[in-house]
Parts: sequence; structure tokens; C-alpha cells
Amino acid sequence: MYRAHVLVCGGTGCNSGGSKKIISKLREEIEKNDLNDEVCVVETGCHGLCAQGPIVVVYPDAVSYAKVTVDDVPEIVEEHLLKGRVVERLVYKEESMDSRITSLNDTAFYRKQKRIALRNCGVIDPESIDEYIGTDGYEALGKVLTEMTPDEVIQVILDSGLRGRGGAGFPTGLKWKFASGNRGNVQKYVCCNADEGDPGAFMDRSVLEGDPHVVLEAMAIAGYAIGANQGYIYVRAEYPIAVDRLRTAIKQAREYGLLGKDIFGTGFDFDIDLRLGAGAFVCGEETALMTSIEGNRGEPRPRPPFPAVKGLFQSPTILNNVETYANIPRIILNGPEWFASMGTEKSKGTKVFALGGKINNTGLVEIPMGTTLRTIVEEIGGGIPEGKKFKAAQTGGPSGGCIPAEHFDIPIDYDNLISIGSMMGSGGLIVMDEDNCMVDIAKFFLEFTVDESCGKCTPCRVGTKRMYEILDKITKGQGTMEDLGKLEELAYYIKDNALCGLGQTAPNPVLSTLRYFKDEYIAHVKDKRCPAGVCKDLLQYIIDPDKCRGCTMCARTCPANAISGKVKEVHTIDPDKCIKCGACMSSCGFGAIYKK
Amino acid sequence: MKSLEELREIKEKMQGQIGVRADSSNDTRVVVGMATCGIASGARPVLNTLVEEVNKEKLEHVTVSQTGCIGLCQFEPIVEVFEPGKEKVTYVKMNPEKAAIVVEQHLKGGKPVAEYMLDAEYR
Repeated sequence: MYRAHVLVCGGTGCNSGGSKKIISKLREEIEKNDLNDEVCVVETGCHGLCAQGPIVVVYPDAVSYAKVTVDDVPEIVEEHLLKGRVVERLVYKEESMDSRITSLNDTAFYRKQKRIALRNCGVIDPESIDEYIGTDGYEALGKVLTEMTPDEVIQVILDSGLRGRGGAGFPTGLKWKFASGNRGNVQKYVCCNADEGDPGAFMDRSVLEGDPHVVLEAMAIAGYAIGANQGYIYVRAEYPIAVDRLRTAIKQAREYGLLGKDIFGTGFDFDIDLRLGAGAFVCGEETALMTSIEGNRGEPRPRPPFPAVKGLFQSPTILNNVETYANIPRIILNGPEWFASMGTEKSKGTKVFALGGKINNTGLVEIPMGTTLRTIVEEIGGGIPEGKKFKAAQTGGPSGGCIPAEHFDIPIDYDNLISIGSMMGSGGLIVMDEDNCMVDIAKFFLEFTVDESCGKCTPCRVGTKRMYEILDKITKGQGTMEDLGKLEELAYYIKDNALCGLGQTAPNPVLSTLRYFKDEYIAHVKDKRCPAGVCKDLLQYIIDPDKCRGCTMCARTCPANAISGKVKEVHTIDPDKCIKCGACMSSCGFGAIYKK
Repeated sequence: MKSLEELREIKEKMQGQIGVRADSSNDTRVVVGMATCGIASGARPVLNTLVEEVNKEKLEHVTVSQTGCIGLCQFEPIVEVFEPGKEKVTYVKMNPEKAAIVVEQHLKGGKPVAEYMLDAEYR
């Protein structure tokens, strides 16, 4: 029996911050102080506070240390674990907090969160099936197999109001119902979409890294509900830690008989295999994903037939996202009413978001549906660095759109986001401040879809490329007002005609920035000016003659020899030679150089 | 594993372990002074006995943790019990045997053990 547990985050973020070394140093120091029998060290999944990593949490006091280094370890062991004195200088503090020591649950970052999908992330050792079982793991599977009929399971999921967390928000129970016919007579499959590809999104990775068994358990429940006995998890090969932990989890579950033949002696067989994706964004689209599992080149196919009718290997298949699965065992154990009591009228439960961009608390948060964007950005996210002004938040990655400041107080759920021209997406939330150019952002996402378009259908293959070219023209100051019209026309054409979700949603970043930030587009086209000062071709560096002392510093720094002037006389920049690197501006000691 | 009973056995075994990591804001807190003075006079076996006994009795809403020097070094090892809504109880000159009795009578039975308390020393 250990009196203290030291939890070290082993998610990808903290791992790259050196958490592996911290763990071995902790073990070494604990041994040295003869605390082996009293204190245990556990490597957990993501705590969510990635910006503050590596994170170390000591229980039972729930004291959390942030930005821990290997050199801090001896002090933590000697002071905290041996003598019971909290090492205050390392305790995670928020600006708004008073100096008293607080447990993680009291911080603004965690207070407004409601963790269901991330329930075990950062709490249990993801490589220990026993710890998962200790937190009610596989209890839900036991319950459905021994107490419920498959139809009852589907009804519970329907009643809970759970909708797909991969982005489109299709009711999960309905999906299961469509695939449930003819149980026992036909081969069926249960698939898990872990091909998370949106730039800046890492919700699924964190669940797989922190709590892999929850996905296995939920897939087995889904298998029972629709009458399937084989599952596949399609996960990106770029998630090595997640893949490792999934492999370990599958092996452990098989050893315990929780996967395999005759589970809990009920005669129900279910097994799961992994399939690694090579990183094509389109393979996150359901039909392309299944084509890839079948061993073919990952390209989408037309729907209908939908996967519930003809999916993997032409058999009825359900495909859900990692986060969707992570909610299932809790819904079974706590009941659909419990789940439906959270969230808004049409969006129940919680949603995990990966916060990124211009925000202080970069990391992972899980909030009840209906929380406002303001709460997420200002309270949980800790606001925008350097006191800059909020301009917009981008949700849904390359398929989504932006939410401008005028909708800062909108309660976030599926339908509200669609009504303002964005979408929930898988949960990437990128915050932008006044220094971000919206045309440049749209161009960034278009460049991504151009790269990732599989090429099967023309609207996506050619259309997105043409859109990108127009955007490129605009950011170079060569756009015309006709281009804006053409851009919009093309966007709607691609939306209506592309084969799969990738193409149909690719124009969204352009449409939503055109809707809310048309003035910025016009400034680029008409005034040949980038209001945020991002688009290089439209920038001009200028020396203020009143401030310039003629120190020659800028002229000596300029790599293009674009600055001329005599000592102690006002210098000037030749715009034809200037490459807009900004080196002169940062070298000037008098603040005489500005850009416009 | 072929039955739910086996699953629940593992669960029960693990819950004592993982329970330490649960949200404990409404728990009874048992705090052991573990500064140099406390350790020197034998606080560690006291702490370990408390942890083991609390687990053995399955007292889920009791958290055992440690703190630094409380200031009454001549009375170490010191154990303080904070029950929500009640006045703090301070036990002094503790040892593993006394700790086990405190768990049994106070934490489980709800009756503070007067003879080990700080007040008793002054009487």
C-alpha cells in the first residue's frame, strides 16, 4: 500500500519535454531515500496542461508541479515526499490565483471542465489494465453482456443523445441502429477512426495515450449491439506512443479474456486489430478509411451505399471516432439520463477541444456542450498572451470556419456552430489575435487541402488548387474584385460537387473568412494592404525621418543592401531591393523603423 | 477471466490503490508531521500504519497525507485530524499502535481518542 502516488504525464507533449527522464530520476531518488515501499511513480496520459509540461502531480494532496526538470527531482523527493513540504516554486500557478497552494481541481483551467472522455487521462497508468478495471473499467461491457439485449444497448445510446465526436455530429445510436439488422447471419465490423489529421488537433491521441482500454471496451459493446465480432482501429503511424499503448492494451485484454472468445462466459466473441495509417488526411474520411483497411489506396467511394449497409469488405460496418467511443462505457454505467442532463437541447454531454494558437494555456480541455467561447478562451484558456485582442477562433480545422469576436458569447454546440458558418469538427480550436491575417489563414488551410486532396474527383483536385491560386494572388496584392466573386462561386461549386467530406468542406475556411472579414480581403485587393501586417508582398518597411539618428545599424544589418544613408543622416529603404525580412526593424535602437 | 466476479475482485483490489487519486476536497484529512523532528521521533511508521489501516478498513473518505513541522517538536510524532465541519483534533507522541487505535476508534468509530490528544498532555 503506497501512501503517496507521483503521477508523471507521459503524453506526447510532456514526453518531448523529458518526462521519461524525470520518471527514471524519480525512481532513483525514491530508492535513495528508502521510500520504495511508500511512494509509487506512475506514468499517466495527458493532463491537458500541455503548455506547462512536463507535469508532475503528487497525490493524495493533489499538488501539481509544472515545467519540472530532471534537476528539480531530488528536491521534490526530499522535500515533498520525505518531509511533506510542498516545493512551492514549482507549483502550477495561474496569474489570477492568490499565492496559496491549490490543488489542480481548483484552478481556473480545470474548474469549468467536465471530464468524461478524459476521465482517466492523467489519472491512471494507461499500460495497466488493473488500474483501468479499478476505475470501473470493463464493468460496462460486463453489464451489457449479462443484463442487456443488443436492442436495449442501442436504445440507451439513442436516449443519451450522443452524437459523433469526429466532426459531423451524426447521432451515434442511429448509426448503430442502421447496422443492427440481421444479427448473427452476416459478417459485420466495428471500426474506430483514430486517423486524427487536423492541424493542431490531438484529442484522440490523448485519449489513446491516456486511456486506451476505454476504446477497446466501447468497441466490444458496439460489437455486441450490432452483432459484429471483429473490430479494427485505424490509427496514424505518426502516433507511436498511442500505437504502443494500444498494442499493450489489446494484449492485456486478450490475456484477461476481455477480448477473444466467449467473453464473460456469455458466448460473445469479439476481437480487435490495429491498422496503421500512413498519414494521408483523406483516410480520416470514412469510406477512404475503410478502403485503406482493405489494403487498397486510400480513396473515398460514393455514398450511398452507406457503411451501415455496405462498409468494410462490403459488410455492414459502424465507424466511430475515438472520443465518441470514450463516452460509451460511462453512458452504459450512469444511464442515458445522466448523459443527456449535460449540454444543450440538441448536443448532449461534453466535447474535448485542443486549444492552440494565440492562447496562454495551450492544451487539452473537456467542457460541457453549451459553454461559451469566451469561457473557453478567457477563463479556461487563460486569455491571449501579451494582452492582445481576440480576433477569431478557428474550429474544425481545414473543414471548419472561424468564429469572429462578435460571436464570442455563443454557446458552443453542433447546431450553433453550423448556424454561424463554422462547424464543431473533431475539436481543434485555434485562437487568433489581431496579428493574424484572415486571408493568410484561409490560404494556409487551402494549401493543406490542396496537398491532401486524393485526386479522385475533379472538383476537389482542380477546384481547390484554383482557389489556392486566387488566394495567393490576393495575398500578393494582385487580386481583383472579380477574383473575390470567382472565389465564392468556386467555393460553392466544390461544396456541391466534391465526392467526399474532404472536398465538400474544403472551401469552408474561405467562405467563413469572406463572410466575417470581407473588409480584409478588400483591403488586400483595393488598397494593396494587409491590415494585420502578415502578407509580405504587401508590406513596406519605412524609416521615420524624425526618429532616425543615422547610426547606420540598419544599413549594416540589412542582408539585401536595401538601406542607404550617410552617418548621422536619415536613412532610407529602397522598396525594390527590400526583401521584407524585418531584420532592420529589430536592429534599430530608436524604434525608427515601422511597417505598414 | 470468465466471470464478472473475477472482474470485481480486481476492481476492489485496485480501488484502494487508485482511491488516493480521487477528488478529496470533502474528505476527512489525516495529516502527519514529517519534518526532521517528526521523522526523527518515528513519524514514518506512524504514517505508514495510518495508510495501511485506513485502506484495510476501506475508509474511502479519509485521506492520509503529510505536512512539514507543526511547531510542537517536543510532542512529535504529531497527527492532526481534520473532519469537514468539525474542530481539528491533534494527537501527540504517536506510535504505530496508537495510530491503529485512532483509525479504529476515531476515523471508523467517530469517537476521538481523548487520552492521545494534545490537551491530555497539558492536564
